[in-house]
Amino acid sequence: MSTPLRALLLTVLAIGGTFGLDPFRNYQLATAAACFAAVAGLTVLVGLTGQLSLGHAVLMAAGGYGFASAASAVDGPWPVALLAGLVAAAAASGALGLLLGAAAARLRGPYLAGLTLALVIALPAAANTLPLGGDQGVRAPFLPVPEPLAALIAVEQWHAWLAIATAAVAVTPLVMLRNGRAGLRMRAVLDDETASRLSGVDPGPVKAGAFAASAVPAGLGGAALAIATQQVTPGGYGLGFSLLLVVAAVAGGLGSIGGAAIGAVLVTVLPWGLDELAALAPDGLGRRLDGNLAVLLFGAGLIALTTAWPGGAARLLDRLRAARPLRLATPSTTTER
Amino acid sequence: MRTPTSKAAAALAAAALALAACSTPGGDESVPGVTDDTVTIGTHQPLTGPAAAGYSTISAATAAYFAYVNANGGINGREIEYLVKDDAYDPAATQTAVRELVTEEEVFAIVNGLGTPTHSAVLDYLDQQGVPDLFVSSGSLTWNQPDVYDNTFAFNADYVTEGAALAQYAVEQDPGAVVCVLGQDDDYGEGVIEGVETVVGSNEIAEVQTYSVSSEDLTAQLGAMMAAGCEVNVLGTINGFTAMAVGTAAQMEWFPRWYVSSSGADYPTLAGYLGEDLAPVLLQGMVSVNYLPFSPGGEWVSLFEEINAEYNDGAPFTGNTVFGMSVGYLFCEALAAAGDDPTRESLVAAVESGDLVGNGIVPLSYSGDDHAAYRAVGVTVVNEGVQDYVGATYEVSAGRVTAIEPSPVPLENEGIPGE
Repeated sequence: MSTPLRALLLTVLAIGGTFGLDPFRNYQLATAAACFAAVAGLTVLVGLTGQLSLGHAVLMAAGGYGFASAASAVDGPWPVALLAGLVAAAAASGALGLLLGAAAARLRGPYLAGLTLALVIALPAAANTLPLGGDQGVRAPFLPVPEPLAALIAVEQWHAWLAIATAAVAVTPLVMLRNGRAGLRMRAVLDDETASRLSGVDPGPVKAGAFAASAVPAGLGGAALAIATQQVTPGGYGLGFSLLLVVAAVAGGLGSIGGAAIGAVLVTVLPWGLDELAALAPDGLGRRLDGNLAVLLFGAGLIALTTAWPGGAARLLDRLRAARPLRLATPSTTTER
Repeated sequence: MRTPTSKAAAALAAAALALAACSTPGGDESVPGVTDDTVTIGTHQPLTGPAAAGYSTISAATAAYFAYVNANGGINGREIEYLVKDDAYDPAATQTAVRELVTEEEVFAIVNGLGTPTHSAVLDYLDQQGVPDLFVSSGSLTWNQPDVYDNTFAFNADYVTEGAALAQYAVEQDPGAVVCVLGQDDDYGEGVIEGVETVVGSNEIAEVQTYSVSSEDLTAQLGAMMAAGCEVNVLGTINGFTAMAVGTAAQMEWFPRWYVSSSGADYPTLAGYLGEDLAPVLLQGMVSVNYLPFSPGGEWVSLFEEINAEYNDGAPFTGNTVFGMSVGYLFCEALAAAGDDPTRESLVAAVESGDLVGNGIVPLSYSGDDHAAYRAVGVTVVNEGVQDYVGATYEVSAGRVTAIEPSPVPLENEGIPGE
């Protein structure tokens, strides 16, 4: 089956699935779809080129800010505003990604991780200095349910649809890129830079391009999140969230898109579930630990998960379709050290 | 795999469509959150995170007051269930918390959601869902837009009012003083600056400094203010940063006069930051404004102290305790006025009726076209570790500050509103 057809089928399936969920679960689904787009970008970047980015939350934020400002500025029917917002989100995150990619091509391993980490830490200060509304952030327009659907679905479900569609638009080209010639080049660069240079593949542009290609889905993910939450604040894209995206990519299995989807759902649902669990703890134990009980449980669960399945959820997927003759999943890849 | 997958997908999609009822809006006749013997309401509060130290005790106090009311028969025979969700002062977390309260817990109303950036994140959502959004715990002017947000009501006196009253008192005490402002870089700081400017004139503030909640110290800001020769520092800061400003200035051996907005001037909370031994010295003469009955020894405080001892495990009694319980009292008053079978509409109508009196030292100003709670504030001063009203009370309207007489509401029926 061709990739676009598969993507279309999965999108329709996911949208159908929203009917089985209550409004709050649909809101969580929208959040997960937004994270999925960003994690997919990240997992391809880390899995295929070995560039570890800890700053994908900032790329999401760039997309979110781009979406919010463009969609608010457009004075027209909602599809126009939505489209303008998405284009602006892709442009903003793509530009930032290209800039970062240019630096990334010259940095490796921990140095790149450090640079992207600094970006996350600088975000609140940047939001205060640039016209981005400071800690209060900027408002994204509220997209109500269109008239013909209003009797049928709730607003959360509508936002879940938009988020799923946005994630599909963001991830499908990424998958095609990965499965095509560009993906081969990335793997060549990851395996051996000298060898790839000898065979005519210049690692610099490949790495920078991969960074930009991974930034655009992240930015569209930020736009999807802005659709669901109607707001973009630096607090929502902090260090914790950025590391959570890396966790999602690792837990899902580096390089695997299906794994990214599982990882995104995991990091959306698990913290919430653990909060509920921590609330059951006797007599304000969670309060006394200053909200750290849930974090503690999350960490423990994560360690258990990676010990049990070092390859992430993608290995499980692989095992399930081991009988299939055609393998679409990427070969096992590791991060360079 | 093509055919079986497609068939399976079609079957799945059909099954999903069959479940559509789960998610379809409308069709439910009963009032959300109201049963024959309970009313369930919710709130979002910073129980953890940067703002927790200053404000996490508010919801515990509100819950204690509701426990007191429930123990005495509730309101119109209904007990109040108060669901408190932690948002860590993070707007993204507020989104999740409030959606969970509205869609999962099906609360009757959101009461006293705390914080300007946090509550802004859910304002449109609550409006769109038609959920009463009562007594927002922030002095931003955003909550008072009856034309746009017809279910949203403020609780705090707005920051412009507070800034203007503080500046007016400063000018009356010391007409020639050099007035400066340190404000948070959001609606809070901007409101206070605007208020001060209505009194001293626009661009007449000698030095304006701002900080963001994520900053770690205020040395640069206070250095600049000291260099500018500030004599009266008006602060639009939250408790933690008020303490930091006073402490940093003391380290510079600089002791200007402090005029602090109510959201950052709770003496017991500040003493917690600065230490019990230093606080009476450093905060001596600190001027603030307020509108709630927290005079030591007053009848409201005596009642609230009893409730605090019995239903709140004797937690430290601070301005936050009075604030939290006052919010609870006002909600009970509104609920009682909403009738035997309250609906979301009758609750909002009860607040808009203008019949609520609350428990403030100045009149409530709710009406159909005004969703602000207090348009007047009384001046308080710290003297030897005791913060109390000094009598000066100002009303601020249409950019003018006028002195008025305080009109405290007497305690009735042991603090349980009835019809």
